[in-house]
Amino acid sequence: MTAPVPAPDRHIALVDLLDRVLASGVVISGELRLSIADVDLVHVSLHALLTSVSTLERTTLERPR
Amino acid sequence: MTEYGSWVYAVAREVDAHLLDGLTGVAGETVRSVAGKGLSAVVGTVPLAEFGEQALRRNLEDLDWLAGVARAHDAVVAAVALTVPAVPFRLTTVYYDDDRVAELLRTDASRFTETLDRIAGRTEWGVRALLDRDRLREPQPAAPATGSAGAGAAYLRRRRTERDTGARIEQFAREQADTLHAALAAHAVDARRNRPHAPALADPNRPMILNGAYLVAERDAAAFAETVHELDRRTEEVELRLTGPWPAYSFATTGGEP
Repeated sequence: MTAPVPAPDRHIALVDLLDRVLASGVVISGELRLSIADVDLVHVSLHALLTSVSTLERTTLERPR
Repeated sequence: MTEYGSWVYAVAREVDAHLLDGLTGVAGETVRSVAGKGLSAVVGTVPLAEFGEQALRRNLEDLDWLAGVARAHDAVVAAVALTVPAVPFRLTTVYYDDDRVAELLRTDASRFTETLDRIAGRTEWGVRALLDRDRLREPQPAAPATGSAGAGAAYLRRRRTERDTGARIEQFAREQADTLHAALAAHAVDARRNRPHAPALADPNRPMILNGAYLVAERDAAAFAETVHELDRRTEEVELRLTGPWPAYSFATTGGEP
Protein backbone atom coordinates (compact mmCIF):
# COMPACT_ATOMS: atom_id res chain seq x y z
CA MET A 1 0.00 0.00 0.00
CA THR A 2 1.18 3.48 -0.79
CA ALA A 3 1.47 5.78 2.17
CA PRO A 4 -0.36 9.09 1.91
CA VAL A 5 1.83 11.99 0.86
CA PRO A 6 1.56 15.22 2.82
CA ALA A 7 -0.16 17.97 0.85
CA PRO A 8 2.56 20.62 0.53
CA ASP A 9 5.00 18.25 -1.12
CA ARG A 10 2.67 16.05 -3.08
CA HIS A 11 4.27 13.75 -5.57
CA ILE A 12 1.28 12.84 -7.65
CA ALA A 13 1.15 10.14 -10.29
CA LEU A 14 -0.09 11.76 -13.46
CA VAL A 15 -2.80 9.17 -13.92
CA ASP A 16 -4.28 9.93 -10.50
CA LEU A 17 -4.16 13.62 -11.22
CA LEU A 18 -5.87 13.33 -14.62
CA ASP A 19 -8.42 11.04 -13.07
CA ARG A 20 -9.48 13.94 -10.89
CA VAL A 21 -8.99 17.09 -12.91
CA LEU A 22 -10.58 15.65 -16.04
CA ALA A 23 -13.16 13.22 -14.79
CA SER A 24 -14.42 15.10 -11.76
CA GLY A 25 -14.85 18.67 -10.69
CA VAL A 26 -17.81 20.85 -11.19
CA VAL A 27 -19.62 20.54 -14.49
CA ILE A 28 -20.94 23.89 -15.57
CA SER A 29 -23.31 24.39 -18.44
CA GLY A 30 -21.76 27.74 -19.34
CA GLU A 31 -21.55 29.29 -22.74
CA LEU A 32 -17.96 28.65 -23.71
CA ARG A 33 -17.92 25.16 -22.40
CA LEU A 34 -15.11 23.76 -24.46
CA SER A 35 -14.28 20.26 -23.44
CA ILE A 36 -15.83 20.57 -20.03
CA ALA A 37 -19.28 19.53 -21.08
CA ASP A 38 -17.99 18.08 -24.31
CA VAL A 39 -17.50 14.61 -22.94
CA ASP A 40 -16.54 13.17 -26.28
CA LEU A 41 -13.58 15.45 -26.63
CA VAL A 42 -12.18 14.38 -23.28
CA HIS A 43 -12.74 10.75 -24.04
CA VAL A 44 -11.02 10.95 -27.39
CA SER A 45 -8.05 12.63 -25.85
CA LEU A 46 -7.72 10.19 -23.03
CA HIS A 47 -7.96 7.31 -25.43
CA ALA A 48 -5.17 8.69 -27.54
CA LEU A 49 -3.09 9.27 -24.41
CA LEU A 50 -3.52 5.86 -22.84
CA THR A 51 -0.33 4.39 -24.22
CA SER A 52 1.91 7.26 -23.24
CA VAL A 53 0.35 7.63 -19.80
CA SER A 54 0.67 3.93 -19.23
CA THR A 55 4.37 4.00 -20.13
CA LEU A 56 4.89 6.96 -17.85
CA GLU A 57 3.02 5.28 -15.02
CA ARG A 58 5.18 2.18 -15.24
CA THR A 59 8.36 4.24 -15.13
CA THR A 60 7.06 5.97 -12.04
CA LEU A 61 6.18 2.70 -10.35
CA GLU A 62 9.56 1.20 -11.03
CA ARG A 63 11.28 4.08 -9.29
CA PRO A 64 11.49 3.62 -5.53
CA ARG A 65 9.65 6.43 -3.81
CA MET B 1 -5.54 40.62 -32.18
CA THR B 2 -4.91 38.23 -29.35
CA GLU B 3 -8.02 37.04 -27.60
CA TYR B 4 -8.13 36.03 -23.97
CA GLY B 5 -10.46 34.10 -21.73
CA SER B 6 -10.90 33.62 -17.99
CA TRP B 7 -9.85 30.18 -16.83
CA VAL B 8 -11.60 29.15 -13.62
CA TYR B 9 -9.75 27.17 -10.93
CA ALA B 10 -12.12 27.14 -8.00
CA VAL B 11 -14.92 28.93 -6.23
CA ALA B 12 -14.72 29.85 -2.55
CA ARG B 13 -16.53 32.16 -0.17
CA GLU B 14 -13.74 34.59 0.36
CA VAL B 15 -10.23 34.46 -0.94
CA ASP B 16 -7.50 36.48 0.71
CA ALA B 17 -5.54 38.34 -1.99
CA HIS B 18 -2.31 37.39 -0.18
CA LEU B 19 -3.13 33.76 -0.75
CA LEU B 20 -3.11 34.29 -4.51
CA ASP B 21 0.15 36.26 -4.49
CA GLY B 22 2.89 34.25 -6.09
CA LEU B 23 0.57 31.59 -7.49
CA THR B 24 1.10 30.81 -11.15
CA GLY B 25 -1.63 29.42 -13.36
CA VAL B 26 -1.84 27.14 -16.37
CA ALA B 27 -0.59 29.82 -18.78
CA GLY B 28 2.09 31.05 -16.38
CA GLU B 29 -0.28 33.87 -15.51
CA THR B 30 -0.94 35.44 -12.13
CA VAL B 31 -4.25 34.43 -10.63
CA ARG B 32 -6.88 36.73 -9.15
CA SER B 33 -10.34 36.53 -7.72
CA VAL B 34 -13.63 37.60 -9.24
CA ALA B 35 -16.39 38.43 -6.74
CA GLY B 36 -20.11 37.90 -7.02
CA LYS B 37 -22.91 37.28 -4.56
CA GLY B 38 -20.64 36.68 -1.57
CA LEU B 39 -18.52 34.23 -3.52
CA SER B 40 -15.10 34.44 -5.13
CA ALA B 41 -13.97 32.63 -8.24
CA VAL B 42 -10.23 32.12 -8.59
CA VAL B 43 -9.40 32.81 -12.22
CA GLY B 44 -6.50 33.51 -14.54
CA THR B 45 -6.34 35.18 -17.94
CA VAL B 46 -5.33 32.71 -20.64
CA PRO B 47 -4.77 33.25 -24.37
CA LEU B 48 -7.42 31.55 -26.47
CA ALA B 49 -4.74 30.77 -29.03
CA GLU B 50 -3.61 28.10 -26.57
CA PHE B 51 -6.73 27.54 -24.47
CA GLY B 52 -9.57 28.17 -26.90
CA GLU B 53 -11.72 25.35 -28.17
CA GLN B 54 -9.76 24.62 -31.35
CA ALA B 55 -6.42 24.82 -29.54
CA LEU B 56 -7.67 22.58 -26.74
CA ARG B 57 -8.71 19.89 -29.17
CA ARG B 58 -5.13 19.80 -30.36
CA ASN B 59 -3.39 20.39 -27.03
CA LEU B 60 -5.34 17.82 -25.02
CA GLU B 61 -3.76 15.21 -27.27
CA ASP B 62 -0.30 16.30 -26.20
CA LEU B 63 0.64 14.50 -23.02
CA ASP B 64 3.38 16.92 -22.00
CA TRP B 65 1.05 19.87 -22.46
CA LEU B 66 -1.76 18.15 -20.61
CA ALA B 67 0.51 17.07 -17.75
CA GLY B 68 1.87 20.59 -17.31
CA VAL B 69 -1.58 22.17 -17.39
CA ALA B 70 -3.07 19.54 -15.07
CA ARG B 71 -0.30 20.07 -12.50
CA ALA B 72 -0.51 23.85 -12.72
CA HIS B 73 -4.29 23.74 -12.38
CA ASP B 74 -4.16 21.38 -9.42
CA ALA B 75 -1.43 23.42 -7.73
CA VAL B 76 -3.63 26.52 -7.74
CA VAL B 77 -6.74 24.58 -6.67
CA ALA B 78 -4.82 22.82 -3.88
CA ALA B 79 -3.25 26.06 -2.63
CA VAL B 80 -6.70 27.63 -2.33
CA ALA B 81 -8.42 24.53 -0.96
CA LEU B 82 -5.73 24.10 1.67
CA THR B 83 -6.64 27.48 3.15
CA VAL B 84 -10.38 27.90 2.62
CA PRO B 85 -13.21 25.60 1.57
CA ALA B 86 -13.17 25.62 -2.23
CA VAL B 87 -15.14 23.99 -5.03
CA PRO B 88 -12.57 22.70 -7.54
CA PHE B 89 -13.28 23.13 -11.25
CA ARG B 90 -12.58 20.62 -13.91
CA LEU B 91 -9.78 21.38 -16.38
CA THR B 92 -10.66 23.67 -19.30
CA THR B 93 -13.43 25.76 -17.80
CA VAL B 94 -12.90 28.97 -19.74
CA TYR B 95 -15.24 31.97 -19.90
CA TYR B 96 -15.05 34.89 -22.32
CA ASP B 97 -14.37 37.39 -19.55
CA ASP B 98 -14.70 38.09 -15.84
CA ASP B 99 -18.23 39.44 -16.27
CA ARG B 100 -19.37 36.01 -17.40
CA VAL B 101 -17.65 34.46 -14.38
CA ALA B 102 -19.40 36.90 -12.06
CA GLU B 103 -22.67 36.00 -13.75
CA LEU B 104 -21.99 32.35 -13.10
CA LEU B 105 -21.46 33.12 -9.40
CA ARG B 106 -24.78 34.96 -9.29
CA THR B 107 -26.86 32.37 -11.10
CA ASP B 108 -25.34 29.35 -9.36
CA ALA B 109 -24.78 30.93 -5.93
CA SER B 110 -27.03 28.58 -3.99
CA ARG B 111 -25.48 25.54 -5.61
CA PHE B 112 -21.95 26.73 -4.78
CA THR B 113 -22.92 27.63 -1.22
CA GLU B 114 -24.47 24.24 -0.69
CA THR B 115 -21.37 22.49 -2.02
CA LEU B 116 -19.04 24.68 0.05
CA ASP B 117 -20.98 23.77 3.20
CA ARG B 118 -20.71 20.10 2.35
CA ILE B 119 -16.95 20.08 1.75
CA ALA B 120 -15.85 22.54 4.46
CA GLY B 121 -13.27 20.98 6.80
CA ARG B 122 -13.13 17.86 4.67
CA THR B 123 -10.77 16.52 2.05
CA GLU B 124 -10.99 13.87 -0.59
CA TRP B 125 -9.08 10.60 -0.47
CA GLY B 126 -8.80 8.21 -3.37
CA VAL B 127 -8.70 4.45 -2.93
CA ARG B 128 -7.91 2.18 -5.83
CA ALA B 129 -8.39 -1.56 -5.43
CA LEU B 130 -6.40 -3.85 -7.69
CA LEU B 131 -7.28 -7.50 -8.00
CA ASP B 132 -4.19 -9.67 -7.65
CA ARG B 133 -4.94 -12.50 -10.07
CA ASP B 134 -1.85 -14.45 -8.98
CA ARG B 135 -3.29 -14.78 -5.51
CA LEU B 136 -6.66 -16.05 -6.63
CA ARG B 137 -6.88 -19.76 -6.01
CA GLU B 138 -7.10 -21.62 -9.30
CA PRO B 139 -9.91 -24.16 -9.47
CA GLN B 140 -8.91 -27.82 -9.35
CA PRO B 141 -9.10 -29.33 -12.84
CA ALA B 142 -12.00 -31.75 -13.12
CA ALA B 143 -10.86 -35.35 -12.92
CA PRO B 144 -10.92 -36.89 -16.39
CA ALA B 145 -13.85 -39.22 -16.81
CA THR B 146 -12.22 -42.53 -17.59
CA GLY B 147 -13.36 -44.61 -20.47
CA SER B 148 -16.22 -42.36 -21.49
CA ALA B 149 -16.26 -39.52 -23.98
CA GLY B 150 -13.24 -38.74 -26.10
CA ALA B 151 -11.11 -35.71 -26.84
CA GLY B 152 -14.05 -33.62 -28.07
CA ALA B 153 -15.90 -33.90 -24.78
CA ALA B 154 -12.71 -33.17 -22.82
CA TYR B 155 -12.22 -30.02 -24.89
CA LEU B 156 -15.76 -28.84 -24.24
CA ARG B 157 -15.34 -29.55 -20.53
CA ARG B 158 -12.13 -27.55 -20.43
CA ARG B 159 -13.75 -24.62 -22.24
CA ARG B 160 -16.64 -24.71 -19.81
CA THR B 161 -14.28 -24.69 -16.83
CA GLU B 162 -12.41 -21.70 -18.27
CA ARG B 163 -15.63 -19.83 -18.83
CA ASP B 164 -16.88 -20.65 -15.34
CA THR B 165 -13.57 -19.53 -13.86
CA GLY B 166 -13.79 -16.21 -15.70
CA ALA B 167 -17.34 -15.65 -14.49
CA ARG B 168 -16.37 -16.64 -10.96
CA ILE B 169 -13.46 -14.18 -10.91
CA GLU B 170 -15.72 -11.44 -12.24
CA GLN B 171 -18.26 -12.09 -9.55
CA PHE B 172 -15.59 -12.24 -6.87
CA ALA B 173 -14.20 -8.91 -8.10
CA ARG B 174 -17.63 -7.32 -8.06
CA GLU B 175 -18.38 -8.55 -4.54
CA GLN B 176 -14.99 -7.47 -3.24
CA ALA B 177 -15.38 -4.02 -4.78
CA ASP B 178 -18.86 -3.61 -3.26
CA THR B 179 -17.72 -4.80 0.17
CA LEU B 180 -14.62 -2.59 0.21
CA HIS B 181 -16.51 0.45 -0.99
CA ALA B 182 -19.19 -0.03 1.66
CA ALA B 183 -16.57 -0.45 4.39
CA LEU B 184 -14.71 2.69 3.29
CA ALA B 185 -17.90 4.71 2.81
CA ALA B 186 -18.85 3.87 6.40
CA HIS B 187 -15.77 5.84 7.50
CA ALA B 188 -16.45 8.81 5.23
CA VAL B 189 -18.95 11.66 5.11
CA ASP B 190 -19.64 10.99 1.45
CA ALA B 191 -18.40 8.49 -1.12
CA ARG B 192 -18.31 8.15 -4.89
CA ARG B 193 -17.37 5.36 -7.19
CA ASN B 194 -15.52 6.73 -10.19
CA ARG B 195 -14.98 4.64 -13.26
CA PRO B 196 -11.97 2.32 -12.87
CA HIS B 197 -9.04 3.17 -15.13
CA ALA B 198 -9.05 1.71 -18.61
CA PRO B 199 -7.53 -1.81 -18.78
CA ALA B 200 -4.79 -0.39 -21.02
CA LEU B 201 -3.49 1.53 -18.01
CA ALA B 202 -3.36 -1.51 -15.77
CA ASP B 203 -1.18 -4.55 -15.47
CA PRO B 204 -3.38 -7.32 -17.00
CA ASN B 205 -2.77 -9.40 -13.89
CA ARG B 206 -3.88 -6.59 -11.63
CA PRO B 207 -7.09 -5.09 -13.02
CA MET B 208 -8.59 -2.16 -11.14
CA ILE B 209 -11.86 -3.23 -9.57
CA LEU B 210 -12.61 -0.13 -7.53
CA ASN B 211 -11.80 3.54 -8.04
CA GLY B 212 -13.40 5.15 -5.03
CA ALA B 213 -13.39 8.72 -3.75
CA TYR B 214 -14.11 9.44 -0.11
CA LEU B 215 -14.86 12.73 1.55
CA VAL B 216 -13.33 12.62 5.01
CA ALA B 217 -13.27 15.17 7.82
CA GLU B 218 -9.72 16.47 8.28
CA ARG B 219 -9.59 15.24 11.88
CA ASP B 220 -10.57 11.71 10.75
CA ALA B 221 -7.96 11.48 8.00
CA ALA B 222 -5.52 9.36 10.01
CA ALA B 223 -8.29 6.95 11.06
CA PHE B 224 -9.41 6.64 7.45
CA ALA B 225 -5.88 5.83 6.30
CA GLU B 226 -5.70 3.20 9.06
CA THR B 227 -8.97 1.68 7.83
CA VAL B 228 -7.55 1.42 4.32
CA HIS B 229 -4.42 -0.19 5.69
CA GLU B 230 -6.45 -2.67 7.73
CA LEU B 231 -8.69 -3.64 4.80
CA ASP B 232 -5.60 -4.06 2.65
CA ARG B 233 -4.15 -6.50 5.18
CA ARG B 234 -7.38 -8.46 5.49
CA THR B 235 -7.99 -9.07 1.79
CA GLU B 236 -5.00 -10.81 0.33
CA GLU B 237 -6.35 -11.07 -3.22
CA VAL B 238 -6.84 -7.33 -3.44
CA GLU B 239 -4.29 -4.57 -3.11
CA LEU B 240 -5.47 -1.15 -1.95
CA ARG B 241 -3.75 2.09 -2.86
CA LEU B 242 -4.50 5.31 -1.07
CA THR B 243 -3.98 8.76 -2.61
CA GLY B 244 -4.63 12.13 -1.11
CA PRO B 245 -5.50 14.39 0.45
CA TRP B 246 -7.08 15.95 -2.64
CA PRO B 247 -9.21 19.02 -3.04
CA ALA B 248 -12.79 17.71 -3.22
CA TYR B 249 -12.74 17.18 -7.00
CA SER B 250 -15.15 14.24 -6.89
CA PHE B 251 -17.61 16.01 -4.62
CA ALA B 252 -17.94 19.28 -6.50
CA THR B 253 -21.17 18.36 -8.20
CA THR B 254 -24.50 18.66 -6.44
CA GLY B 255 -26.66 15.93 -7.82
CA GLY B 256 -28.07 15.65 -11.31
CA GLU B 257 -24.60 15.48 -12.80
CA PRO B 258 -22.94 12.24 -13.87
